[in-house]
Amino acid sequence: MTEKPYHDIPGTVLFDAEQSRRGFHLNQFCMSLMKPENRAAFKADERAYLDQWKMTEAQKQTVLDRDWNGMLALGGNIYFTSKIAATDGLSFRQIAAMMSGVSEDEYAQMMLQGGRSVEGNRSKKDPR
Amino acid sequence: MARITAGVATSHVPAIGAALDNGKAGEPYWQPVFAGYEASKAWIAAEKPDVIILVYNDHASAFSLELIPTFAIGCAEAFAPADEGWGPRPVPVVQGHPELAWHLAEQLILDEFDMTIVNRMDVDHGLTVPLSLMFGQPAEWPCPVIPLAVNVVQYPPPTGNRCFNLGKAIRRAVESYPEDLKVVVFGTGGMSHQLQGPRAGLINREFDNAFLDRLIDDPAAQAKVPHIDYVREAGSEGIELVMWLIMRGALDDKVRVAHRFYHVPASNTAVGHLILENG
Repeated sequence: MTEKPYHDIPGTVLFDAEQSRRGFHLNQFCMSLMKPENRAAFKADERAYLDQWKMTEAQKQTVLDRDWNGMLALGGNIYFTSKIAATDGLSFRQIAAMMSGVSEDEYAQMMLQGGRSVEGNRSKKDPR
Repeated sequence: MARITAGVATSHVPAIGAALDNGKAGEPYWQPVFAGYEASKAWIAAEKPDVIILVYNDHASAFSLELIPTFAIGCAEAFAPADEGWGPRPVPVVQGHPELAWHLAEQLILDEFDMTIVNRMDVDHGLTVPLSLMFGQPAEWPCPVIPLAVNVVQYPPPTGNRCFNLGKAIRRAVESYPEDLKVVVFGTGGMSHQLQGPRAGLINREFDNAFLDRLIDDPAAQAKVPHIDYVREAGSEGIELVMWLIMRGALDDKVRVAHRFYHVPASNTAVGHLILENG
């Protein structure tokens, strides 16, 4: 893995060339959920549906576990993985709360109070 | 000849479209957002553009990872609202302007901006939410729209400087079109927001307002800001702001600010909005 200047940004996976290559099949699976018949097939038997895609076992497991951060680490892109959330009937805010490890209410409250501050969140080297 | 009279910048948060479509625009949470666009609706009703060039990004709706154009121009007769997983937004089909769009494509390519030409494309909230904010809920959109899609999903997006220069090239191309048309350019997306990972929910008012100031008064300096600054300061999805530089590049060096609005939050995002007029 080539070190990039953005790798020091905490809690953030940029969807760069490396991630895109890693996540191609995972993201194309997500893209297939744009069609209602595919959403139905996925819901009917998630494992069987996932097995039709050239994804790694680890990627399939993050989907089955709805491990949203895990999907991103393995090459998922949020605009693609959010299609799984839509299939589950979850809102963007709900998965944002899950990814940042708080309840939906806590997350909503944080946003109402002006969002997550950039102070302490610019770099992994920032004092926390 | 055709001429660009003004630019509109706005965030294109999907939840804004959903609030409008589901009749929630009057709720206390949403009321301040829509209030910020009341003056804009009056402005555009008076401005009456003949055509809008709408710079936006697709969010894995029309383009998957199979094809990732950096700059794509919609040359079709019409563009249907995309089904983003909940069914298409109940908004009018977007009518294109193929004659001007093809002219732009030709002129931009000869001007060394290698556009991807799109003859069939559904348009997602990135394009339809700005139209809803500016026009409300009409039975038909009041004028044709030329979609100009910019990749900001696959990193890296085009640089701010490239976007700014594309805006200048768009102006030259518009002004070489013989028909008298009044054109307004929209730049959409942003402002600060991050939708992914443990840092989701990042908002940076200071960065956003400095961006608005510089976009108005010193866009050439803003165009030099590197991607890493946007990502670090305005969140991984805040990088969408480079699209505002395309709109700004299409305007005069000095512009009049007809309207400026900023509000936090709309869902996960800071909403910013400008109307800038040429002299």
